[in-house]
Amino acid sequence: MDLEYSPEYRAFRDEVRSFLDENKHRAPNATRMIPGRPNSAKDWQQLLIEHGYAARTIPKEYGGYGAEPDILKTRIIAEEFARARVPPGHSGDNRLVPTVLELGTEEQKQWLVPPSVRGEMTWCQGYSEPGSGSDLASLSTKAELDGDEWVINGQKIWTSGAQNADMMFCLVRTEPDAPRHNGISYLVFSMDTPGIEVRPLVSMMGDAFFNEVFFTDVRVPKDQIIGKRGEGWFVANTTLRYERGGLGDPNEAENRLNRIVDMMKRETVSGERLIDNPVYRDRLLKLQGQILAMKFNGMRVLSHNIKGEEPGIPRWIVKLNGCELNHQMAGLAIDILGELGLLYDGSDYLRDGGFWQARYMLDLGLIIGGGTAQIQKNMIGERALGLPKEPKVQDGRTAA
Amino acid sequence: MDFALSEEQRMLQDSISGYLDSGCPLTRVREVAEARDDRADDVWTELTNLGVHGVLIDEDYGGVGLGHLEAALIAEALGNSVAPVPYVASSIMAPTALAAAGSDEQKETWLPRIAGGETVVGVGVTEQIGRRETKGVTASGGKLNGKAMFVLDGASADMLVIAADEGTLHLVNPTESGITRNKLKTIDRTRSVAEITFDDADAEVLPGSIHNREPLLTIIDVGRMALAADTLGAAQSMLDKAVDYAKERRQFNRVIGSFQAVKHMCSEMAAELEPCRSLVWYAAHAYTAIPEEGRLMACHAKAHLAEVGKFVARKSTEVHGGMGITDLLGLHYWFKRIGFNRQLLGAPELVREEAARVQEWV
Repeated sequence: MDLEYSPEYRAFRDEVRSFLDENKHRAPNATRMIPGRPNSAKDWQQLLIEHGYAARTIPKEYGGYGAEPDILKTRIIAEEFARARVPPGHSGDNRLVPTVLELGTEEQKQWLVPPSVRGEMTWCQGYSEPGSGSDLASLSTKAELDGDEWVINGQKIWTSGAQNADMMFCLVRTEPDAPRHNGISYLVFSMDTPGIEVRPLVSMMGDAFFNEVFFTDVRVPKDQIIGKRGEGWFVANTTLRYERGGLGDPNEAENRLNRIVDMMKRETVSGERLIDNPVYRDRLLKLQGQILAMKFNGMRVLSHNIKGEEPGIPRWIVKLNGCELNHQMAGLAIDILGELGLLYDGSDYLRDGGFWQARYMLDLGLIIGGGTAQIQKNMIGERALGLPKEPKVQDGRTAA
Repeated sequence: MDFALSEEQRMLQDSISGYLDSGCPLTRVREVAEARDDRADDVWTELTNLGVHGVLIDEDYGGVGLGHLEAALIAEALGNSVAPVPYVASSIMAPTALAAAGSDEQKETWLPRIAGGETVVGVGVTEQIGRRETKGVTASGGKLNGKAMFVLDGASADMLVIAADEGTLHLVNPTESGITRNKLKTIDRTRSVAEITFDDADAEVLPGSIHNREPLLTIIDVGRMALAADTLGAAQSMLDKAVDYAKERRQFNRVIGSFQAVKHMCSEMAAELEPCRSLVWYAAHAYTAIPEEGRLMACHAKAHLAEVGKFVARKSTEVHGGMGITDLLGLHYWFKRIGFNRQLLGAPELVREEAARVQEWV
C-alpha cells in the first residue's frame, strides 16, 4: 500500500496546477456537462493539446500530443481539472477515436482522427434502434452493397447530439443470412449525406439532446467501413468498452458532494442552516461514506490497470454504482432545497443555475443509457460471479 | 502509488484463512456457541502461534509490530470464519490503549503477556460513546465506582481496560474484590459482552489518559476499524455462500442463479460489498500514514460496513430461501455476527454524527 506519488508525478501535478492557475480564465464556460460531448472551445482545446493535457496519448501525426500512455498522469490531469472546476479537454471522441486508432486503416486514421481531436469533426453514435435497445445485436437497419456504395435504410434512436454532429459511426446489418452477431458492420459517414433525416426527441429535461435518425437510401462509399465486413459487433464492443470506462468518475462524485456540503452551510430553512438539520446531515454523511468507498475502489482499479492486471469485480461495478450515486446526490440536493428545489428553467431564486434539477434527470438517463442498471447486474452476476445466463428463448417462443 | 496489498500482506491473509478453514470450521463454532463458551481456546492458542495477538505490539514488547492494515486483514479473516475469539478487545483495543497511554512499567508488564496470548483483556468504553442503563463509571483515588455496560470480551477476561468519566483509562483486575461480572446474552454467541459493576474496586490509571481524551478516542477508532473489517469478512462469506447456493439449487428445472431476480440480488451484494474492501483498506492504512484523515475514515468504515453488512446479511439469507433461516444451515452465525458488529462501539447514526463533528460541520 503506497498512496504517495513519486517525485516525478508530484512535479507533474504541480505543473498541471500552475498551468491551470495561469490559464483558467481562458477556459470556456461549460454550461451543462454532457459526457462524451466536446464542451470546450477549439482554441482552449488547442492550448490543452500543446501542453499534453488533451489528446495526450494520441500520436502526433494524428494531431495529438504523442505521449506514452501513463495512467497516473492521465488521472492527475483529470483530478486537477476537476478540482479547479475547469472543463477538461477531449480526445476527439472517447468512443470513435480509440476505435479508429485500434482498428482503422492508415487512410481512415488520417481522415478521421486529426479533425476530431481539434474539435472540428464531431460525432454521434448510431447504435440503438426502436426494436433493439439492451438487445443491440438484434438491430435491423440494413446496408446493401450497390456498386461502390453501401445503401442504408432503417432507423436509429437515442442518438445523442445527432442534430449538431458532423459525422456518425453506425452499426448496420450487412449480412442478413449470417448469425446475428456476425451480420453487422461498422460504418462511418457524414450527417450531411442525402437521405438522412434527424428528428429531435425532446427529453424530460425539456431539451432535445436525443434524436431519432431515419435513413432512406443513404449512399455511403464502400470503404467507409471500420474493420471487416460482418465484424462490426467486435468493433462496437471496442467502442463500448471505451465509453463505459469514462462513466462514473469517483473524483467527480466527491467534488459534487463537496458542492452540496458548501450549499448546506450556506442555505437556511426557517433560519437554520441546512447542515444543522440532523436528518439532512445524516443523508449527506451516508452518501459521503458510499462515495469514499467508490473513490478508493477507483484507486484500486487504477492500481490494477497500472500493473496491467484485470481488476475484476471492482471494475464491473463502477458504472452501476457511480451513476446511482450521482443520481442520489442530485436527489439529496433537491430535497434539502425544499420548494426551491422545484425551480427550473432559469427561474428567479434558482440555485446553482438549475444544475441539480438537470442532473437528477440526466443521471437517471445515464442509469439507463450505456447499458442499463439491469444489464450491468447481469454482467456482474454472469461475468464476475460466474452465475449462469438465462436460458435462451427458442424461435421467439417463451421457454416453458 | 499502488493501492493494493503487498506480497507479505497477502501471505498473512492466506496463513490466517488457511488455518481457520481447517481449525475453525462451522462445527467448531457451533460447539462453542451451544456450550455458551466465551471463546474457542484451541483457536486462540493457534492464533497465538501465528502471532495474531501481537500484530500491533512492538517487537520490543514481544509483538510482531505490524500495522492497522494487517490488523484489519486478520479481523476480516476472523469475521469470514465467525471465529469465537476475543480479538477486537484483547488484540487490538487493549494493546492500543497501553501503547497510547500506559507507563513504561505497564507496557513492560502487560504487552508481552497480551502478545503471548497468556492474558486476555476485555475493554469497556461504551459509556463514552452512548450511555444506557448506567450513570457510567467514576474514578477517584485509585478506585472505580459505577457500572460499565457491554464490556467487550469482559466476561472471562484476565484483565480489563475500563474508560471512566472524562475519558481516563484504567487497568482493572476483575478477580479483585468490589467487582461483579454479569455476562449478557446477545444474539451473537461467537463473542461475549458483560455488565461489570465496580464498588470501590482497585484500578490503575493509564497515566497518558489523564486530562487527555486522545487515547480513548484512539482505541474507539481502532476498535471500530476492526469491527468494520470483521463485518467485511463475514459479509463476503455470506455473499460467497449465496452465490454457491444459487449455482446449485434448482427450481423450475433451472438453477435459481439463472433467474434474474436471484442473480440481481447477488450482483447487488457484490456491488455494495466490493467498495467496502477498499474503504477498510484505506481507513486502516490512513490511520498511521495520513493521520489527519484517520478518525473520519474509521467512522466511515464502521458506519458504511454496518449498512452494507446489514444489506448483505438480509439478501444472502433471502437467496437461501427457507434454508437461510434454519439453524441446520448455520448461516445465522454470520447474520448475527454482522448485527453485533453494527450495534457495538456506536450504531451507524451515532458514528456518522461523529464524522460530522470531525469535519466541523456541527
